[in-house]
Amino acid sequence: MTSSRTAILESIRRAHGRGDLSADRQQALRDRLKAHPAATIPARSAGDQDHRITLFTDMVTAVDGTVDRISGWDALPQAVGNWLKSRNLPTTLAIAPDPRLDAVAVHPLYTVHRGAALPEDLIGLSIAEAGIAETGSLMLVSGPETPTSLNFLPDVHIIALPASALVGPFEEAWARLRTRFPDGLPRTVNLITGPSRTGDIEQTLLLGAHGPRQLHVVIVDDVPSA
Amino acid sequence: MQSTTRQFKDNARAALNDATLRQPLQKLKVGFRVRRAQAAEKLPEFETLRDQGRDLKNHVLENLDFYLETFATAVEASGGVVHWARDAAEAREIVLSICRDHNARTVTKGKSMISEEIGLNAYLADHDITPVETDLGEYIIQLRNEPPSHIIAPAIHVQKEMVADAFRATHTHLPADRPLSEPRQLLDEARAVLRDKFLAADVGITGANFLIAETGSTVIVTNEGNGDLTQLLPKVHVVLASLEKIVPTLEDAALLLRLLARSATGQEASSYTSFSTGPRRPGDPDGPEHFHVVLLDNGRSRLLGTEFEEMLRCIRCGACMNHCPVYGAIGGHAYGWVYPGPIGSVLTPALIGIEEAAPLPNASTLCGRCEAVCPMRIPLPKLLRHWREQEFSRHLPPGRTRLGLRVYRWFATRPALWRLATRAAALGLRMMGRKTGFLTRLPFAEDWTRHRVMPVPQGQTFMARYRAETDTPEI
Ligand code: SF4
Repeated sequence: MTSSRTAILESIRRAHGRGDLSADRQQALRDRLKAHPAATIPARSAGDQDHRITLFTDMVTAVDGTVDRISGWDALPQAVGNWLKSRNLPTTLAIAPDPRLDAVAVHPLYTVHRGAALPEDLIGLSIAEAGIAETGSLMLVSGPETPTSLNFLPDVHIIALPASALVGPFEEAWARLRTRFPDGLPRTVNLITGPSRTGDIEQTLLLGAHGPRQLHVVIVDDVPSA
Repeated sequence: MQSTTRQFKDNARAALNDATLRQPLQKLKVGFRVRRAQAAEKLPEFETLRDQGRDLKNHVLENLDFYLETFATAVEASGGVVHWARDAAEAREIVLSICRDHNARTVTKGKSMISEEIGLNAYLADHDITPVETDLGEYIIQLRNEPPSHIIAPAIHVQKEMVADAFRATHTHLPADRPLSEPRQLLDEARAVLRDKFLAADVGITGANFLIAETGSTVIVTNEGNGDLTQLLPKVHVVLASLEKIVPTLEDAALLLRLLARSATGQEASSYTSFSTGPRRPGDPDGPEHFHVVLLDNGRSRLLGTEFEEMLRCIRCGACMNHCPVYGAIGGHAYGWVYPGPIGSVLTPALIGIEEAAPLPNASTLCGRCEAVCPMRIPLPKLLRHWREQEFSRHLPPGRTRLGLRVYRWFATRPALWRLATRAAALGLRMMGRKTGFLTRLPFAEDWTRHRVMPVPQGQTFMARYRAETDTPEI
């Protein structure tokens, strides 16, 4: 494929009426990559944690998701159980192998398997790398303890969001990614905003196209608030 | 994909007479337009972001070779493979050989306009590989064996009864008397049928809304989740993307993401924005084992440095077609190729040649609504005019049009004669329509008067009134 590569790059340079970019120019571009400057960040996402929680909750609710807030990881099994009951859902769960979800996994209320989702799984429980208040989006990453299939195969998706991981705009979520994965992004980073939807049949909005029909977020206060 | 653009006039006439098109196009005008306006309204920074988006893409295009090479290096560093394709044939060949390397029988597909552009489905099918579209709209039109009629809502022209017919004809394993009158029933059936396809596919092919040079990631923005299942479950993930999809960094992607969903569907964010970087890592319990990116040129690089470079800023949001009065009257199929609406009228001649696409730049009233809503501030009307000029200088318009324009020019460059002639014409028309005050027939404009009547001129010409009201001396 080298020849096509060369041909395309040369065609670009020819169209611009130049050869390779000068060394200075290339350095300037590399500096820009390193500095990764942000464009204008919407003012709505600026504010303290209370503002972020309110904005995040409003945005998730606006896209047909639901939000609960609990005081610590210990409260998670009960909170999940209450929500499932309110929706008339069973207590059989596929749970991400992240240790923070162990309390749910060992709780007698649940029948559980850990790991990647199986085609027959009805309810998945996973954990977010960040919550983005600006749009009510959850950022989930792939990894040994966080299989991506849990985000898409089950009909119902429950996401635990550590309150400390709730950020304002996208850019703050990118900063978390850069810190946590200095050597490059994981295979998959998902930003999830509400349940799956489609308007492809006569422009009628329907939830639950190919991904989850329901999305529930539990914000877990994992550090004492300042 | 084969184009029928040459028959644009016939296509458009047929579309205007197609009663089934009226309702969806009407709905599109209220739905998409209102939602976009509301979303833009809710973000005070929206207009500023549009300026910044334009500037960012200009920066990328200026340094495209650098960013492409940076991207390719990053993909390779994360364990992926980059393929460069000069044209459609090369891209098809690359995809086929990847499929063959993995003995693929079925391939699931996320929505990709590049796939339509290179005619991938037919090619794979010819080589005994079954492509399955998984975006609901794309699935519907695949079953109906037709091209998309909108870049983000490909089956917008299809009524639910027609979807039901297509499902009954295809899903023959299901009871024949099942109810399929509601959109929900149709969706649930498609979801169940496609689930099995996702699980069985050997290769998943998606498009890309963005490529990120810094990280080597490909990004898809969707609502259904089908693209995610496509790039998650099969052991091979192939991404098709054109060169200009590149952005330098995650921050730059954030800027365009803020523009894309709002302009396209009026959402603050689409349900799923997903970044794929390389294949699954050691220890990952799921994800593809192989990751390939096909970078397609297909005529784009030669647009750089020309008056058409600006169209390479397009992020395929569809806003221009949602707001276009011509698209709103005839729908997408009449345009005859992959990209309809204003962006199609500009892009199609560039990609398949003005000879093939000559009618398209004329399929516009130059009303300017497309430019007003384009998040990337692409001057679509100006670009359409450039094509018209090229078309004219290449002697492509029919003799009658050329003769008419020549006569017009002869008069228009002779002011005294022009005034005399327009005065005579105004008078003549007034006589013709004296009785009713309307003209039902106009010489040389029968096509126009067939559907409309024209009020008679009120006696004076524009120039005469202008002079009288402004005291301008005759030039
Ligand atoms: S030309 Fe502008 S409005 Fe049209 S699809 Fe492209 S970005 Fe959207």
